Amino acid sequence: MKIPKSFLGYRRENGRAGTRNHVIILPVDDISNACAEAVANNIKGTMALPHSYGRLQFGADLELHFRTMIGTGKNPNVAAVIVIGIEPKWTQKIVDGIAITGKPVEGFHIEQTGDIGTVMKASKKAQEFVMWASEKQREECPISDLWISVKCGESDTTSGLASNPTVGNLMDKLEPLGVHLCFGETSELTGAETICAKRGATPEASEKFLKTWNAYNNFILKEATNDLSESQPTAGNIAGGLTTIEEKAFGNFQKIGSCKFIDVLEPAEEPKKGKGLYFMDTSSAAAECVTLQAAAGFNIHLFPTGQGNIVGNPIEPVIKLTANPLTVKTMSEHIDCDVSKILSREMNLSEAGDELIKITLKVANGRLTCAEALGHKEFVMTKLYRSA
Amino acid sequence: MTTDVIIHNERDNVGVVVVEKIISKQQCSCWIMENNKTVKIQSINEIPLGHKIAMIDLSEGDTILKYGHDIGKVVKSIKKGEHVHVHNVKTKRW
Repeated sequence: MKIPKSFLGYRRENGRAGTRNHVIILPVDDISNACAEAVANNIKGTMALPHSYGRLQFGADLELHFRTMIGTGKNPNVAAVIVIGIEPKWTQKIVDGIAITGKPVEGFHIEQTGDIGTVMKASKKAQEFVMWASEKQREECPISDLWISVKCGESDTTSGLASNPTVGNLMDKLEPLGVHLCFGETSELTGAETICAKRGATPEASEKFLKTWNAYNNFILKEATNDLSESQPTAGNIAGGLTTIEEKAFGNFQKIGSCKFIDVLEPAEEPKKGKGLYFMDTSSAAAECVTLQAAAGFNIHLFPTGQGNIVGNPIEPVIKLTANPLTVKTMSEHIDCDVSKILSREMNLSEAGDELIKITLKVANGRLTCAEALGHKEFVMTKLYRSA
Repeated sequence: MTTDVIIHNERDNVGVVVVEKIISKQQCSCWIMENNKTVKIQSINEIPLGHKIAMIDLSEGDTILKYGHDIGKVVKSIKKGEHVHVHNVKTKRW
């Protein structure tokens, strides 16, 4: 298949391209959710991103909170941002972080005003932003403007046999075209960690990966109360035939095809070494991982599933593919790309990869994903430890 | 002919059922992806889609190979053609 050289995206002030044109209302903290949701309810075409944290966090955990908040606002799928927090200082910090992109952003704090006054002021600004954003037109952008993140979920053995290798095939075909790529799921590479480390493009990248994996594994060993059965692998994984974390890891690893990773990113860290594949240190829980990847600037997501994970993200479209014929049958409303014919050998991996490329470009051009049509907007912050 | 089982790698001692299920004493056609060879195996039990079948007899302590790699240890002996899962295989990690 001849791979299209471009897609229709929204060109942003900083040169990045978005596959979506969202105006978001971003609460700094849990207690500002009500205000943010009221503004989104007042002003049609805007979207609130409620979450559970942002108070009394400290150290690396607080840094991650800010990185996730600011990164979400900076993502090129977002046209403009209203930030609402209880206090002025942290609100302004997030506004300033997002403003670097040049996109419209304005912050409001609730203290000394109250919810109702804040909702009124923020709604007026949100209306201005959404009407401005609605004038934006899609324009031709080179395919290298795609930043593709991947994560699998509710995996089973069909994931390792077919849907994950389909993503790997797409990576092998698109990596030479200059796209950014990202995989994560640190804990879910356990058993395949030495094989994965060999895929570092440089000795430094390999070493950084092993250091990251070791730290995560030590944390799991410290906190574990049993063999993690039904957590890793999950009950769904086991029902689908996956027996051990090692088996799951080798299946997971198929997603990167034969690509090599050029760097290892902190959770929600923006890649800085240009085009190519990155590994990000993330949890293996779907919504947490995709939220971190979106906050790092990735603008389209590929999500292979076996038993049928249904996750979505508010700002980054999540494309589902599966090779499990039963999941195709029973959960068709969640599946954007059916590659089950690989198992019956009526389709080969390269054909499946081409099919996924076609669907990825359709979604990049604006076609809604199943998760978007069904309203899945899971925005889940990764929290490293208890608040002070 | 229908492929009932797919095996990733020539070294693997398990294969994955890729049809809705195989029944006991079924003659199964197994395709090895790595070298495109086809082998036969007779099943001992019913095995559902996505679950594994043993390609050889395995004893307690043996290593299960899939993708050509170590994916866990046998904790209860397994006969060729038998269902392989959490009841007879455990992780070597956590």
